[in-house]
Amino acid sequence: MRANNMVIQSKSAQHGSSILRMRGLIRKEFLQILRDPSSIAIAFLMPVFLLLLFGYGVSLDAEHVPVAVVVEDPSLDTANFTSGFYGSRYFNPVTVRDIGTAEQELRNHSVDAIIYLRSDVARQLRSPEGAHIQVIINGVDANNGRIISGYVQGIWSKWLGNRALARGEKINLPVKVEQRVWFNRELRSKNFLVPGLIAIIMTLIGALLTALVVAREWERGTMEAIMVTPVTIRELLLGKILPYFILGIGGMGLTVAMAVWLFDVPIRGSLWLVFVTSSLFMFAALGMGLFISSVTKNQFVAGQVAIIATFLPAFILSGFIFDIGSMPWMIQMLTHVIAARYFVAILQTLFLAGNIWSVVIPNCLALIVMGVFFIGLTWKRSVKRLG
Amino acid sequence: MWNRIYALIIKEFLALLKDSKSRVVVIVPPVLQLIVFGYAATYDLTNIPFAVYNEDKDIPSLELVSSFQGSPNFEEVAYLTHEEQIAPLINSRKVLMVLHINRQFSRDLTEGRSGSVQVIVDGRDSNTASILLTYVNSIIAQFNAGWKPEHINGVPSARLDIRAWYNPNLVSRWFIVPGIVALLTLVVTTLVTALSVAREREQGTFDQLLVTPLRPAEILLGKSVPGFIIGFAEATFTILVTVYWFQVPLQGNILTLYFGLFMFLLSTVGLGLMISSLAVTQQQGLLGAFLFLVPAVILSGFATPIANMPQWTQTITFLNPMRYFIIIVRGVFLENTPFHLLINQFWPLATIGAVNLALAGWLFRRRMY
Repeated sequence: MRANNMVIQSKSAQHGSSILRMRGLIRKEFLQILRDPSSIAIAFLMPVFLLLLFGYGVSLDAEHVPVAVVVEDPSLDTANFTSGFYGSRYFNPVTVRDIGTAEQELRNHSVDAIIYLRSDVARQLRSPEGAHIQVIINGVDANNGRIISGYVQGIWSKWLGNRALARGEKINLPVKVEQRVWFNRELRSKNFLVPGLIAIIMTLIGALLTALVVAREWERGTMEAIMVTPVTIRELLLGKILPYFILGIGGMGLTVAMAVWLFDVPIRGSLWLVFVTSSLFMFAALGMGLFISSVTKNQFVAGQVAIIATFLPAFILSGFIFDIGSMPWMIQMLTHVIAARYFVAILQTLFLAGNIWSVVIPNCLALIVMGVFFIGLTWKRSVKRLG
Repeated sequence: MWNRIYALIIKEFLALLKDSKSRVVVIVPPVLQLIVFGYAATYDLTNIPFAVYNEDKDIPSLELVSSFQGSPNFEEVAYLTHEEQIAPLINSRKVLMVLHINRQFSRDLTEGRSGSVQVIVDGRDSNTASILLTYVNSIIAQFNAGWKPEHINGVPSARLDIRAWYNPNLVSRWFIVPGIVALLTLVVTTLVTALSVAREREQGTFDQLLVTPLRPAEILLGKSVPGFIIGFAEATFTILVTVYWFQVPLQGNILTLYFGLFMFLLSTVGLGLMISSLAVTQQQGLLGAFLFLVPAVILSGFATPIANMPQWTQTITFLNPMRYFIIIVRGVFLENTPFHLLINQFWPLATIGAVNLALAGWLFRRRMY
């Protein structure tokens, strides 16, 4: 009876001291955060800095493309055509006398394209075969080249339509495309870039925060000091995750506020869902950071791995800017281990489309699996090291 | 003097390579990343999942649908029979596009009117959406061109002959992979140098280095040479992979490329050492490296053109060494740019390098605690 009582007592004492120990650990972690400004900088200044940088630095909307316009034999017809370029906000045309000069300008990058109307265009326009308008594009930036050629085609078909109309003919395009772009009608690239950027930035911050702080303890030998105290691995992991989780969520809130108020990105889903999914994501990102630092135990390597394993893959493999569906299947498989991939999908949907459960739920499950996997792995490794 | 520097260089290499983990970090990720990103980073879309909602079912509409089915860029994944089926498919990202052909389409077409096709696109990723729309427009334009001679009299009075120089098929990979050469060189050299002084500061061995007969300039030289050697080795490897694995044509002079690489390494090693001598701890050094690397990548024109940025951001890019090297790499690879046209890229790199190396050397002595 007495022995039994003692067991119960010691159990409850254990439980109580566990909370005490956790409080101590968390307090220690917070003091460390407050005294070394670099973690606060990582959590709050860095997201702001990065979002500003990305928000203004990354844009796929080509406007004012410099083009050289060469008209060898100016006439009313050619003037009608080229006026389409002068009136467009997509182009910044310069008139160039001959094709040689224009090609020189294309070579030294003063223009991105040449519109070349040869001297026989006016005659050809009246002939039954029709005229050939030559367009030369600098194709080095293939994506930009494709965008420019699309713009030129737009001006050309508008001109054809006007010409036919002026002559009282019917516009002879058999099929017309009527395009409806859902969720982002004017194809404003900020609307999809900013939510994606939040995901990338938070990947970095989550991993950097934990990767550096835990590796530092290993390197300075304070991890061994903690290990000899009665603190259990579970308490230790929780004590590391909770403070940085709070910091990370704070940074997240800041970036969401910036997206809405500074970059005018609409937010069509619910804020609470953004909060819940961000928490799940932070869990996965911090887990990955903890794992990196428990494997490397060295700030130099942990930091490098955190940067190499998070920033570049999150930027390139998350589907934030390059379409995952178009990658070779081996690489598509690989994108499944990138936590940012799921969060990019969730955030783009929550911001632009609303609470669409068929997107949110599978991606959330993936994040949970990743978080559990990394934290579990860290747990296992840490136990081994204790012995 | 040369003996002393030589000894320091050997010591630096040992510090970097004797630890198996940091050895792995310097060698493995760049190789993996080159291959993975080379395949992943492309704006060209393939197998875009799309659904067809064809209310018409006459031959002209079927022909139009089959021209989408036959395209390597598109892949039909669903055939719809009701309008209500469209929203769930797009919402859940099962398809990126729905091709909706209405009931009068074939009649309009055969009677000489314009038939209209509705294309519904998921705009959540507006970049993919706009690329997709250019594919749609070119398929429709081809269909129109093929339809006309048989069914409608007269041809359009003017045609566009669009040619792309340097990259005739507009392959994204030709643009991105040479950029990765610059990207990986930047990341590796900055990381190697940015921590070299900070690590010694933290461990207290930098003070020891300062009391040796080595002069600051000699320390500077000894600390930068490993960055140069590793940078050259990595760049050579990535250039070989670019040419022989990814088959990107190397049109220009390889010596011009290496001269540019040397200038670029000068600037990145300089920046790395500058960051390193500002930092007191490794963590600060790493953060500094990071705070330099991320903007350097974003503001370099690697993934998105500099010309699309707002004016003030474009001005900032002039401070970015990566901006100049990207132009050099792409110029030499694709455009066969001669040496003299690249001088305007070389001298800013040399200036950035010289200023930062000088600053780093000065900081060695000034910043001691």
